[in-house]
This record gives sequence, C-alpha cells and structure tokens, in this order.
Amino acid sequence: MSDTEPVDWSKQLFDDFVAAGITLFPYVPDAGNKQLIKYAEEHNGVRPILLTTEEEGVAVCAGADLVREKAVVCMQSSGVGNIPNFLSFVNGGRFPILMMISMRGDYGEQNPWQYPMGQAVDPILTAMGVLLFRVDHMDDLAPATEAALSATFKSGKSAALILSQRFLGAKAF
Amino acid sequence: MTPAVLDRRKVLSQLFPNPDDYLFVTGLAGSARDTAGLTKDGTNLFTMAGAMGAATSMGLGVAMSAPNEKVVVVTGDGELLMNIGSLATVATIAPENFSIICIDNGCHGETGGQTGHTSNKTNLKMMAEGAGFSSTLLIESEAELEQGVSFLNETPGPRFIHLRVIDGAPTVFKRNMDLAECRIRFRSAF
Repeated sequence: MSDTEPVDWSKQLFDDFVAAGITLFPYVPDAGNKQLIKYAEEHNGVRPILLTTEEEGVAVCAGADLVREKAVVCMQSSGVGNIPNFLSFVNGGRFPILMMISMRGDYGEQNPWQYPMGQAVDPILTAMGVLLFRVDHMDDLAPATEAALSATFKSGKSAALILSQRFLGAKAF
Repeated sequence: MTPAVLDRRKVLSQLFPNPDDYLFVTGLAGSARDTAGLTKDGTNLFTMAGAMGAATSMGLGVAMSAPNEKVVVVTGDGELLMNIGSLATVATIAPENFSIICIDNGCHGETGGQTGHTSNKTNLKMMAEGAGFSSTLLIESEAELEQGVSFLNETPGPRFIHLRVIDGAPTVFKRNMDLAECRIRFRSAF
C-alpha cells in the first residue's frame, strides 16, 4: 500500500468496526493495520492496545465479551501461528471473536520465509472453528466486513476478515 | 531465597474479605481452584482449565471494558511466565481498576510438581517492575499478607502481587468446567 492510495479502505473498515460497536483494538503492528490503528488512536471512543503476541489479543477480546463489549484483534497472518491454543476457549466457550488478518505469504509474496505460515492460515483457523471472510478486491471489503461482523456479533461465531496480498499489495524487499 | 511458608488455601480469603466486590479471571489449575473456593464458583468468576497464559490478557479485556469494576487476575508462576509479555501490555495501558495476584509455588503443581523457573533464578516481582508496574508487592509472610489488603485498596493500579506459597495442594472445590456455560453465567450476571 502506498500513502497515496486513492481509496482509504482503512478508514472505511475502521468506520464499519466503530459502527458495529467495537471499542477495543488489540493489535500486533503490521503494515496492513498501521493506518487502521492510527484511526483508533485518534478516536476518542475506542482504545488501541499494543500487544506483545497475537494470542494476548484473542484473550483481550474474550475479556471484553465477558462484560458485553466488543473488540477486534488485528494481526499479520504470521500471528495466526501464535494463537491456536487460545482458540480453544473461543471454540469451546463459544466466544464471538473477530480477527482482522493482513496476509503475508500469499499472492505476489517475495520473501520465502513468509510462505509456510501464510499458506497455513486457512487450515489452522478452519481447524479451530473460525469462519473465514476473504477480501481480494476493494469491492469485497464492505460485504466481507459486514458478513464477518454479522457472523460474530449477531450469530455468536468467531470469524476472521482476511485481507489478501492481492488486496493489500505485496510488499517489495 | 527464604523458604516459602504460606499455605495457598488460606491466602485469598485474607486478601479478599469481600470477594463479591470484584470480578475475577483466573489461570488454570491451582489458581482456578483457589479462586473458585474463594467465590464459591460465583458469577463474578471466570476460570480456565486450559489455554495456559491467557489469564492476564483476558482480565485486561474485562478491566478496560468495565472501568467501574475492580478486576483481579489470579494466576500462577507457570501460567504468567507462559505469556510474560502481557505484563508489558498491561503496564502500557495502565488500567487503574486492575490487579494481578501471582500465586508462586515454584513448581508445576498440576502436571506432577516439576520444578519451575521461580525455584531457580527468576524473580516475578522484578519482571513486573521491569515491564513497567510501579505498584508491586512481595508477600511471603502473614504480616505481608495483611499489608496486601491495604496495598490492593490504596495503591494506584495496575497492581502486581507476587505471593510466594509452599508447594502444597490447592483448595478443593468442584467448579463448573463447561466453559460456554461459564461465559454465559458471567455475562448474564454483569
């Protein structure tokens, strides 16, 4: 993504999250969530939470749910490898956890280290009962976001909004 | 390091004479059993029996989302060390209404009593301070346990209590292990 991207998808996504009542944005920094977290920092009604590992964010979201609030954990796809054991309380406890995952190791990836985990994202999340909502093109963003929000906060499922590198643009090294 | 003398089965009731005033999230194993005994597995308690390392972060989510409640995480030395970075996350956010009680028995009691890092060189209170906690307290005697009550009530949050106990059995209390039911129970009571 360049800073001159004509469509500010991060703003659109952030606004959709806020409209759905999300107040906490736990995150591990990634290029794909940088702008979204900046909007969270500037907004008075929500709080970004800098994490040391993605699994913390899953637990923070569950804690918010225990007192009837909503959160979204934002992470790079490599972070999916850090969270499966915490998805045990998500799955077993039927916590409606929403994740925003910015992909590495898929379309156009140039770093060979990123492929193994990137390609394992779907099977890992599926194995733990998380529904996947993929965004490959700008036209996918709004409906996929709405679908992921409905799956979590209306239907009580856990869901991941997956922003592919086809959508984000592959990072050049 | 002096030998531990406190019995874990007796410490929480002294620190929390009115447990109904708090929301509790605990780690797995001994800390869950002790806190279930304290609250009689109440609706203000969410315990874990897996997902080792999740307690501090789940408690943080509760504390940030319910700023008018007093939120306490009860964890063990092994559980805390498994996600020790969560202390940095808490210190940065610095929620006033949040306290962590780490019951340190120096071993992995649930899996057979294998020696833990805190029986060797690791100091959890110093790790909390290093993460950025300014309110920390080491409790390893009856007198310090009494100080713990005022520490919880009077020092600014977030607070970290490092509670050294003997390597003995936790409280016997049969808690609800259906985590979906426990989630609904907690939410319904809030």
